Amino acid sequence: MYKLKLITRYLLKRRITHFAILAVALCVFIVVVVMTIMTGLVQDFKQKNHRFVGDCVVGTDSLVGFPYYEEFIEKLKGTAFVEAVSPAVKSYGLLSVRDQEVRRGVEILGIDPVLHARTTNFAQTLHYRGSQPDKAFQPAYEPNALGCILGIDLALMRSAQGNYVYDDQPPDVAITLTCFPLTAGGAPAKVGAGLVETQHFYYSDHSQSGIAHVDGSQIYIPLEQAQKLCMAGTLKRVNAIHVKFCQGVGLSEGRAQVAAMWQEFKRAKADAPDSFLLDAVLVQDWKEYRRAVIAPMEKEQVLLSLMFILVGVTTVFIVFVVFYMIVSHKRKDVGVLKSVGSSNVSILALFAGFAFVIGCLGSGIGALTAWLFLSKINWIEGQLFERFGFQLWDRSIYSIGDIPNHVEFPVLATIVGCAIVSCLIGALFPAYSAARLRPVETLHTGPV
Amino acid sequence: MDKAHAILKAAGVRKSYRMGATRVEVLRGIELTVREGEFVAIIGASGSGKSTLLHILGGLDRPDKGVVQFSGRDLNRMRARELNRYRNEMVGFVFQFYHLLDELNVLENIVLPAMVSRSVIGWLLARRAATKRAMELLEQLGLKERIRHKPYQLSGGERQRVAIGRALMNRPRLLLADEPTGNLDSVTGNGILKVFEDLNRAGQTIVMVTHDERIADRAQRVIVLEDGRIRA
Repeated sequence: MYKLKLITRYLLKRRITHFAILAVALCVFIVVVVMTIMTGLVQDFKQKNHRFVGDCVVGTDSLVGFPYYEEFIEKLKGTAFVEAVSPAVKSYGLLSVRDQEVRRGVEILGIDPVLHARTTNFAQTLHYRGSQPDKAFQPAYEPNALGCILGIDLALMRSAQGNYVYDDQPPDVAITLTCFPLTAGGAPAKVGAGLVETQHFYYSDHSQSGIAHVDGSQIYIPLEQAQKLCMAGTLKRVNAIHVKFCQGVGLSEGRAQVAAMWQEFKRAKADAPDSFLLDAVLVQDWKEYRRAVIAPMEKEQVLLSLMFILVGVTTVFIVFVVFYMIVSHKRKDVGVLKSVGSSNVSILALFAGFAFVIGCLGSGIGALTAWLFLSKINWIEGQLFERFGFQLWDRSIYSIGDIPNHVEFPVLATIVGCAIVSCLIGALFPAYSAARLRPVETLHTGPV
Repeated sequence: MDKAHAILKAAGVRKSYRMGATRVEVLRGIELTVREGEFVAIIGASGSGKSTLLHILGGLDRPDKGVVQFSGRDLNRMRARELNRYRNEMVGFVFQFYHLLDELNVLENIVLPAMVSRSVIGWLLARRAATKRAMELLEQLGLKERIRHKPYQLSGGERQRVAIGRALMNRPRLLLADEPTGNLDSVTGNGILKVFEDLNRAGQTIVMVTHDERIADRAQRVIVLEDGRIRA
């Protein structure tokens, strides 16, 4: 009972304990805020990449591509676990805008808009043709013309606040795309007198995938046009087949089944012309396929977690120092308590309980403050921009409208738990020293 | 008095401390018997081992050699739990520097020994009786108006009376006082000795350590400690 009373009194009367609580609260606050934002960013980025490519991709990094894809698509369609399939051609080209001095390199994605909308979230990324992906390549102002879709950052400018300014109808913009078509052997194909193929398109829509790199460099054109522009040869080729699994099919399970089918297909085509191109094809789930862009963010998250372990160590050290000071000041109390019958375990429990309370209060305050701060973080960010012109969150970099602020309860509980354990670890040695203190060492001296 | 049975016995008690490279022998074979209801003063010069002896008698320290028996039970053979219980129930300590807990008020300091031995539920059940006992002691010690005061709001004499109240809280059979007037002026010190005399008259066994012969003379029996031995 006396432990409870003394813990309460130490807590209320000793200013140093307030600093300990503040230190724990600050550590928890920082960890919760940064982890929430970082986790939110990574999750959002992963989700966008998943939606962008579908569940699984049968593809090659080579710009040459691979043939017989239509046969393999038919096989995939015949299975029960595949919901939708979309072939795609990926290449690079030079984009120029008529009557404007705009020339820039772009990534070309040739797709069938209907199939691609079934397989990925392509339709949801469109602004004008979102509900009619079949008309995605039909410019509203010139329905019979050949349309193209630009990544939103290629098509539109942002305001200072990071918002896009949209027109009611897509503007009449003529675009020329220039490419080097490659033969099955990987050599540039002779096109007329030169080596380049050129095609004119009209801007029909823009796509906002939320992935900064894609939105800033991607141009979507019809699959057949992409094949004509980028691939020469008698056999039609693509670089990738995007696959969407049926509801309930696990990612690794689906990928394994597609991989098995691909191996069988490859064996069956071993003697077919240009079959060597099939050897470069890999079957990857979306995480593996987008590894190059996801991995750096995951690494950053791991790095951040390691840095927070250092924050945790700092918390332990702060609590250790505070408790060492408290125990030093309370040596007399320990002697008195032992003289009236307190056991070593009881003294240990007194200081461990005190650390536990400091941990609970500090982490509780830190978690609550962090939660409040995160719930208002976008408002605060908006106020900073409105009042001081300071933009904390650059939408053009993150392609996320708001700062992620959804606090995951398990993450919060883990951080709070770690903070409490850190406090206990920090208090362990001073508490043990107090418990081992011989009362005669403290009671024979005057008041401290 | 002579017929009263011995409550405390020390035989051949030796204690030494290491000070750097040398070993200082503080107690060199103490033979001592305290009978029930006695008021014994142990007198000796500074560094003669008085406080060390008192701590050993109270179970706060252990002798290197020798036996200390309380009501026939050897303190050296007691387990840690039994020794804690001995300090909580059988003996009460009064220190020269009072050693009150600054965070607790007068009443809480006095009931501390009753709280130490109880769990939260145990304390809730015993609180009323303990508070009644503490109030009786406060009245007896003339501190009834000071129950909510903190130690720093009290005079030296009042603090020592609170310390006496704390020592008596669990009705110990033995009261051990280490220079109880050493930090007080003569008038206040005299008041404290009067309290001891009153307690002893009521049957309380007291062992008091002091370096002052005039104070020791207030006890029924004076034992002189010299060079770690009791002078015959």
